[in-house]
Amino acid sequence: MHFAFDEDQLEFRAQLRAFAEKQCTPADIRAAWASPLGWSRPRWKALAEMGVTGITVPEEFGGMGLGLIDAVLLLEEAGRAGLPEPLLETVALGVPVLLDAPGPQGKALRARWLSSVADGGATIAVGTSSMPAVSGAVGAELFVVERDGELHAVPAAAVALTPRPALDGSRSLAQVDWEPSPATLVVSGFEAEEFLAALGDRAAMSTGAVLVGVADRLIAMAAQYAKERVQFGKPIGSFQAVKHHLADALVRVEFARPMVYRAAWSLTEGDRDASLHASMAKSMASDAATLAARTALQVHGAIGYTWEHDLQLWMKRAWALAAAWGDAATHRARVLELLLARPPRPVAP
Amino acid sequence: MDLRFTSAQERFRAEVRSWLEANAPSASRGTGPLPSLDTAEGFEAHRAWERVMYDAHWSVVSWPEEVGGRGVGLLEWLIFEEEYYRAGAPTRVGQNGIFLLAPTLFEFGTPEQKARYLPAMASGEEIWCQGWSEPDAGSDLAAIRSRATLAGGTWVLNGQKTWCSRGAFADWIFGLFRSDPEAERHRGLTYFLVPMDSPGVTVRPIAQLDGETGFAEVFFEDVEVPAAQVLGGVGEGWKVAMATAGSERGLSLRSPARYTEAAARLVELYRRQVEADPAGAARQADAVARAVIDAEAYRLQTYWTVTRVLDGGGVGPEASMNKLFWSETDLAIHSTALALLGEQAEMLSDDSRPPPWLDGFLFALAGPIYAGTNEIQRNVVAERVLGLPRA
Repeated sequence: MHFAFDEDQLEFRAQLRAFAEKQCTPADIRAAWASPLGWSRPRWKALAEMGVTGITVPEEFGGMGLGLIDAVLLLEEAGRAGLPEPLLETVALGVPVLLDAPGPQGKALRARWLSSVADGGATIAVGTSSMPAVSGAVGAELFVVERDGELHAVPAAAVALTPRPALDGSRSLAQVDWEPSPATLVVSGFEAEEFLAALGDRAAMSTGAVLVGVADRLIAMAAQYAKERVQFGKPIGSFQAVKHHLADALVRVEFARPMVYRAAWSLTEGDRDASLHASMAKSMASDAATLAARTALQVHGAIGYTWEHDLQLWMKRAWALAAAWGDAATHRARVLELLLARPPRPVAP
Repeated sequence: MDLRFTSAQERFRAEVRSWLEANAPSASRGTGPLPSLDTAEGFEAHRAWERVMYDAHWSVVSWPEEVGGRGVGLLEWLIFEEEYYRAGAPTRVGQNGIFLLAPTLFEFGTPEQKARYLPAMASGEEIWCQGWSEPDAGSDLAAIRSRATLAGGTWVLNGQKTWCSRGAFADWIFGLFRSDPEAERHRGLTYFLVPMDSPGVTVRPIAQLDGETGFAEVFFEDVEVPAAQVLGGVGEGWKVAMATAGSERGLSLRSPARYTEAAARLVELYRRQVEADPAGAARQADAVARAVIDAEAYRLQTYWTVTRVLDGGGVGPEASMNKLFWSETDLAIHSTALALLGEQAEMLSDDSRPPPWLDGFLFALAGPIYAGTNEIQRNVVAERVLGLPRA
């Protein structure tokens, strides 16, 4: 039992943080949100040069060949930075699906796409038919999409996108239409069910990781504001009403974080409780980020309600991602379902 | 990162489990449950159980062998705790000593003090209570007025302590007294170790919500205490006390096993209620899941913290976050259980005691109050973790 990251993992996070401080300022995020893409190809390219986009891509395709446990700190950092690029969609969802894709089709997909992901030439969008729209779809080169229980991989040229703008300008949401064919089919039947279940678990954990970073940033912004804003002749952060709001929000974030890390470890190691761990993590992270957004807005007061203030960039991420891939209540219901599926355990009276 | 236990740790777990199965008081063997520890009879029964554990070297596994432990690490201590709660073994009557005072003694005690107090604490021969709060010093602990004056090399204590858990029956008390009335509030305090049978000590037991004397007021009237019974330096009491408070709020007092075990019981209660009253159970489903998830989060946070400590780090003001979280989680687990039981929840057992869920609920209600109210913890988190200005 050693529940901590190693130096390489921490160092990689530090590099991404330093990069984002320069290359992903609030002004940069606003520019991305205002663009048709919702994100920036040059910045994606720069992330590729750091090795970020290829973290889960095997070394033979120019990536780092690492797992979700290595990616989780980067996802959290992406949330903290408000990074608009489809990092989660590509490295935590798209690449693992391609790595698991069976047969000659899988081999062809990996050969065609993985080096492009690693070198920053491509992003991947992933969606299921139950979703009203697919995130990271605008600008994606490859779509991994489900219909009628089958999973298909469809290049951008073969899809028709109907962009669906969202409150969070970096969601890059679109409805994706395509014609299923033997050439696009990745898996079907029982195997597809397993793929989709694994995809859902990875999505829950990864979205949770981004949310923890978003929540952390929201609380940091609110704490900073509470130190500076003076009313009744004192910084508002000296008032208990403000302190207690912020302390409660911070506690929820601090306890969500290890849950996300554990889920990342379980998914990487193929732990038999990985689904349970992923749902626990997402439920806590969704609630923590929603509370952080609510608290940060209340602490800022009217200025936080303005378009001009940067708080919106993180609040809107929090709201979007709290609902994405199953909201807190959905994952709690799943947790209970999974626990009840276990044999009854004798407990002390 | 590796979240598996080593095979040595798994063997340790198996050893703990089989010893507890063979020795812990249990209804099936007719040796349990013990009477409430807040009665004179129950207190002695719990003390006897401490001795059984001590004789088998299980009472304080993480302490060095020379003071009664096994010298195992923090992870093994967590494993022991998981097994202890899983077995439904008795509440630790010595908890104020072994979990609160002992870490402080290890940090600030002289070699003589450690040798004098720790083994007797580990065996249950000397059971400790805490003497901090006073009628006019609760959340504002630094306002304490009980005095210590030096007369010919001996300290003389006067004043009143209150809400001393286990105070009705304890053998010793650790307390904070004002040794320098001229000094600023937080300075001029000294931490004393005092036998409860000292001349001048008067105990007035106080009945708690369950009707039993779980805590007491303790009066000091010219109580003489030798200088060797000062813990830490004279005037250093606040610093020493805050180390104890860190243990109380942070790692040692409330190991996660208490909550994960209660959560496991909650799932089993829910499972039964789904059979008995599906619609009623469904209304509590979200609360059940929430409580179970929070208990698990506390467990993981503890492993995260323990790893940091084992890697050479410390526990700072984040102990206050722990205290907020475990106290709220405990209440959530037990409130949800009572909600599942519905109108049955209020009823007492045949022995006129609250049955386990109701008893646990009453106990959990104290959590947000003792060890520094949750309002005080929120202030600590805001000021010392987030850096907000003091009022």
